[in-house]
Amino acid sequence: MKEMILVLIGAALVNNVVLSQFLGICPFLGVSKRTKTAAGMGGAVIFVITIASALTWIINRVLLVNFKLEYLQTIVFILVIAALVQLIEMFLKKYSHSLYEALGVYLPLITTNCAVLGVALTNVQMEYSFIKSLVNGFGTAVGFTVAIVILAGIRERIEYNDVPSAFRGMPIVLITAGLMSIAFMGFAGLI
Amino acid sequence: MNKCMERLYNGIIKENPTFVLMLGMCPTLALTTNAVDAMGMGLTTTIVLVMSNLLISLLRKVIPEKVRIPAFIVIVASFVTIVKMLLEAYLWELNQSLGIYIPLIVVNCIILGRAESYASKNPVAPSIFDGLGMGLGFTIGLTVIGLFRELIGSGTLFKVAVMPDSYEPLKIFVNPPGAFLVLAILTALQNKFKLKSATNVTQQEPLACGGNCASCLGTTCTENHEKIELAKQEAKNKKGEDGK
Repeated sequence: MKEMILVLIGAALVNNVVLSQFLGICPFLGVSKRTKTAAGMGGAVIFVITIASALTWIINRVLLVNFKLEYLQTIVFILVIAALVQLIEMFLKKYSHSLYEALGVYLPLITTNCAVLGVALTNVQMEYSFIKSLVNGFGTAVGFTVAIVILAGIRERIEYNDVPSAFRGMPIVLITAGLMSIAFMGFAGLI
Repeated sequence: MNKCMERLYNGIIKENPTFVLMLGMCPTLALTTNAVDAMGMGLTTTIVLVMSNLLISLLRKVIPEKVRIPAFIVIVASFVTIVKMLLEAYLWELNQSLGIYIPLIVVNCIILGRAESYASKNPVAPSIFDGLGMGLGFTIGLTVIGLFRELIGSGTLFKVAVMPDSYEPLKIFVNPPGAFLVLAILTALQNKFKLKSATNVTQQEPLACGGNCASCLGTTCTENHEKIELAKQEAKNKKGEDGK
């Protein structure tokens, strides 16, 4: 149990997926203009990454390791993730319309989110067990959500500030992300 | 031949993926702590880009329109796997320092972007040079940022000490925050001097997707959705008021 909590905290805060590993930078900078959309994106990412880490773990163990096909990991994982996102979208559309309304627009954007593939590959590389992979995936996605919601909150405030003209737009967002990254470095002593 | 040279110029200078298009941000931020890793990543991406452009251009009349994206992904992923195996066999150290970012080349938007916008519509020779130009542009971009961060952050260039012993390295620049700060300064300078860059677009984006994928990063998709929802809501409210 203690080990699980360590993996969770490590994935969510210490090795934050965007602020220290730089995975999923595109949605982090692109979909962080409003807290509401950022939270929606975060929810969709949590949903997809958790399911994807479970599925890729099973496929890796049952198919690839058994038949000595580990070298196909990259190809298989990316296809599984792309198919999974499509499936989730269709499933939500049919069975849970409220959830589809909330997450639907963000789902197609997630296929290109390298955090999903990154988590699947990390799980394999670290030889995590099934439960640990699940916890690691969930933790990573929570870390992503925390980071993107905080950034969106700060960006909403920045809109009312007098930013020097050269720094308007992307530069000030990157500086904010840099400062957040410094703050998250403080978690390094946690484990 | 002229067209091939034009493609090289286009990739390296006119539409440089790092400085102008601002694509492939993940490796740009993650692997520029020193110039050696940066250059290694750039060249690895270049090889994958050239090979996938070559194959996609060859197969452009065979791949059906509807399944082209999955087909491109499979082609790119195959080349990434081959390159990863070669790195493991011959350049073990580079393989260790690039780590998980090698398989992640698959989701690098430069490669799929070039496949979709150029290689799938043009003959083989220009496609190869397009890949080469874009790849070299990316390599140059990464190496320049890498040199800058390495010089300030650890006082070395290509892992060779160049600064005097009395120089106290600013460690923050080789740590994760440094990546964001360097990129922020770079984009701010581009803004200041009004250089052509994807982050430099200031005018409001129209409701429909303008096709400017470089500056969109997926935002237009969600924003359009919000705008449409808002318009629907307003229309509904108005109807309700009229009804009264």
